[in-house]
This record gives sequence, C-alpha cells and structure tokens, in this order.
Amino acid sequence: MTVVIAGASLAGLTAADTLRNEGYEGSIIVVDPSTEIPADRPPLSKQVLAGEWPPEKAQHRAAARVPDLDLDLRLGVAATALDAASRSISLSDGSLISADGIVLAMGATARRLPGDQPAGVHVLRTLDDCLSLRAELEKMPARVAVIGAGFIGAEVAATCRGRGLEVTMIEAAPVPLGRVLPGDLGAFITDLHRSHGVEVILGVGVEGLEITSEVGGSEHVSGVRLSDGRVVEADVVVVGIGVVPNTAWLEGSGLRLENGVSCDATCSAAPGIVAAGDVASWPNPLYGEVMRVEQWENAVEQGEYAARRLLAEIRHEELPAPFATIPWFWSDQYDRKIQMAGRPSASDEVIIPEGSLEEHRFVALFRRGDLCTAVLGVNRPRHVMQVRMKLTESLDWQTALSVFG
Amino acid sequence: MKIVVNYDLCESNAICMAVAPEVFEVRDDDFLYLLTDEPGEELRDKMEESARRCPKQAITIEG
Ligand SMILES: Cc1cc2nc3c(=O)[nH]c(=O)nc-3n(C[C@H](O)[C@H](O)[C@H](O)COP(=O)(O)OP(=O)(O)OC[C@H]3O[C@@H](n4cnc5c(N)ncnc54)[C@H](O)[C@@H]3O)c2cc1C
Ligand code: SF4
Repeated sequence: MTVVIAGASLAGLTAADTLRNEGYEGSIIVVDPSTEIPADRPPLSKQVLAGEWPPEKAQHRAAARVPDLDLDLRLGVAATALDAASRSISLSDGSLISADGIVLAMGATARRLPGDQPAGVHVLRTLDDCLSLRAELEKMPARVAVIGAGFIGAEVAATCRGRGLEVTMIEAAPVPLGRVLPGDLGAFITDLHRSHGVEVILGVGVEGLEITSEVGGSEHVSGVRLSDGRVVEADVVVVGIGVVPNTAWLEGSGLRLENGVSCDATCSAAPGIVAAGDVASWPNPLYGEVMRVEQWENAVEQGEYAARRLLAEIRHEELPAPFATIPWFWSDQYDRKIQMAGRPSASDEVIIPEGSLEEHRFVALFRRGDLCTAVLGVNRPRHVMQVRMKLTESLDWQTALSVFG
Repeated sequence: MKIVVNYDLCESNAICMAVAPEVFEVRDDDFLYLLTDEPGEELRDKMEESARRCPKQAITIEG
C-alpha cells in the first residue's frame, strides 16, 4: 500500500500525521521541491520578520512530528506529472510511482510583478523570502514600499513600522481588501495603518519600478512608479498581490483545475486522489459555494479531513460527510489581533454589536438577508469563536446575533 | 494525561474551546482557563486535535 503526498508543508504533513493516527501502516512518500521542511508561515510576516524569533522557532507541530511518522520524505523532489486515471505519479528524482492514494497539498506561490525583478524587490512566502527581506530591513532602508494592502502586505507594513522604518502602502483598489470586505472594514484597516504612521495610497495602480544601476552593473530598485505619475522612492519593495495555486504540473493529468484543484464536497479530485490546503477548491456545503481558502487553520482541518476521507476510500469504508467548515483566520497588526470566521462579501451589510471602529476594538457581523456570512473581531477573540460555533450549525442571522444577548 | 498551556504563547483565540469545551474555556475576560488539566483518556483524540489546531502551539500533552 502506498500513499504519495505532494507538499511537505502544513496541509501535507498534517495529512501524513492523520494517516498514522488513524492506523494506516502502509508506506507514505512525501515529496517537496523545498530542500528543507517548510517553515510555519504565519511568523514569517510577524515574529521572524520582526527579528523577535530565530527562524528555527517557526515550525508547526506536524513538522515536529515527522521523526515519529515513518515517512519516506523526499525533500528537493517535486511531483512533475500525474495520470489521474491510473494514479501514477512522476517525480523529479526520476521515479514513477503507482499509488493507492494521493494527497495533493502543493499550496500556492506568491505572485510577482511582471518584468525584471531587480534587487530590493521581494515577495513573502517562504523562509528564504523572509530572511532575505529581513536582511535588507536590518540595513535600515530610508523607505519601504508595500504593494498590495491584503493581509500579508498589511502585516509587513506593521512589522516594518515596528522596526522604526518609513513605510508607504500602495493599493490599486479604493479601499484595502475591497474584494473581500465591505468598505467600512477597509476604511478601518486604512485608519489603523495611518494612525501608526504608514503612508497609505489608495486607488492608484503601479506602473512600474524605478531602477538604479550600481557600481559593477547590478541593478537595484529605487522606487515605485504609480499610474498617476507619482514616484514613491523606496530602497525596498515588498509585493503582496496574492498567490497562484501550484497546479501547473497537473495540466494534462485528467484533473479539473479551476482556481486550484477542483474537488467534490469530500475534497476528492478523482478516485483515490484528494486535495487539501491552499491548493484545494471544493463546494463548502455551509455556504453552497465553491471556495478555496488560503488560511492556516483550514490547511490543518482540511489536511486531517482529506487524509481520513482517503483512508475510508482505500479501506472501502463509508466516506465521511462533506467537508463543511466556517473558515477562520487571524492576522496580527501592531498590537491588534484581528480574527475572522466565515466568508463575507464586499456587498454584505456590517453591524457592530460590540465596541466601535474608532476604538480599534470591536466585533463586526456581516449580514446578507437572513444570513450571517461572517464575523470579524479586533482584540475580541472569544466573540469571534462564539459566533463561529453558531455559524457551524447554521448561518441564521438571529442565532449569530444572539451571542451578544 | 496532563495538559499544559503556555500562556506566553496563547492568544485566547479559543480554537481549542471549539474542539473541546469540556476542557478549554475562554471567559469574558478573554483569558483561557483549563477546566481540568488532567482530562480522562477518552478525551485523548480531542486533546491531540486541540494541540494540532492551536495556531500558536501553546498546548502540550504530557503522558
Ligand atoms: C507570510 C505568510 C503569513 C501568513 N499568515 C497567516 C496568518 O496569520 N493566519 C492565517 O490564517 N494564515 C496565514 N498564512 C497562510 C497559511 O500559512 C497558509 O494558508 C498555509 O501555509 C497553507 O498550507 P499548505 O500546506 O496548503 O500550503 P503551503 O504552505 O504553501 O505548502 C505547499 C508545499 O507544497 C510544495 N510544492 C509545490 N509544488 C509542489 C510539487 N509539484 N510537488 C510537491 N510539492 C510541491 C511547496 O514547496 C510547499 O512546501 C500566511 C502565509 C504567509 C505566506
Ligand atoms: S487554541 Fe491555542 S492560542 Fe487559542 S486559546 Fe487555545 S491554547 Fe490559546
């Protein structure tokens, strides 16, 4: 019996851990092009980037369990091709494996700006990305430009301010996170950053990068050219404009690839093949909507679920109920701890049953008709979880609101 | 089995409470309280799950 797991990060190793936990005794081959077990990613925009933690500390629990799991762990090896019908998978070390089960957990890659990538331009996804950015921040650049006011961009901006650096955050949309959050919340994010001294430029696109040639001919970024003609001078540019799921190698595999690996409601992409984490899209029955979630807790929960589901199939047991989850994530910016559960859309109505936006400490509920689609809390962790527990049972608006008495 | 929470790491996000409310409780003061630090063996799976899900790795299971 052989299970191949593509991706040795959070979702992949959680799946491996779960397979063993559930008593699977066959072989588990885990492949990842990364030459080391990938770091836990959340600290890479927070404690490690801030210089508060040594890089070794950014390790998640599943990674720490690897020595106990009896894995055939092949680091520096990528999965390169798959034939879904026969479940044969080719690896970059030349092997071709005919697997009984496959877990696809390849995550995603940070999107870059088109064109040349001169020195000083960074994305943030891996530990190496983090350490090379950190090394530049330690040289105290005069200004850091952050392109994109999503959660990664916002955390990088906050961490850079914490280091005493000048920061400009540039966002093409008129409000930060405008595609996922109603405008009031975007305005809160803007206010939070401005009140901490970040220059926030909204509604202006990036035209290109300004580059200077250094002695010896190498090129270094010197600024960001905006679509309105302005130039933001910066020695370091961090690009946080989203990610692309790592599915290129699956072209021609027979799997459907629409916004990641398309799965059914039980996270299965084909017989004997499951997907989990940032790479997986599936119809979440709680929302009746196909979603792909790029969040830490989902990678753990879905990694566990996908492993159990795969094992049930291999053992010809009854399959688990569909993967139904209220996605949950956190983001730490300055001394604010933001948590959100659910799936809001920009057009939802916002109701604040606790605290206020001005205090930077509140709970916001998102309402769509009779439904509560999501809850967001700033320094209000317990309420977010209480609402989440209600939403797990039903999205009913009144039930969610009842948490606030 | 003994449950130890590292309160320096814990952020009271109550993920553990959602998994095992009989052991973990985040109260009105936004602090996490352990209702028991020696849960019975029947709770081992839930304790493992709580530890696995804790984003801050604040939960350790001893024994
Ligand atoms: C800087 C940063 C901060 C974050 N902060 C938060 C946060 O505060 N809160 C939150 O909820 N979430 C946060 N996240 C998101 C969270 O870390 C991700 O959702 C999580 O890492 C997803 O895990 P994964 O295993 O699905 O994918 P990944 O962690 O991306 O791992 C995928 C692995 O697959 C490997 N792989 C790629 N291609 C192949 C192939 N062909 N064959 C084999 N292996 C392959 C990759 O090398 C990689 O190691 C953050 C992410 C980043 C980058
Ligand atoms: S899950 Fe972890 S961080 Fe969250 S309340 Fe429990 S122990 Fe604390």
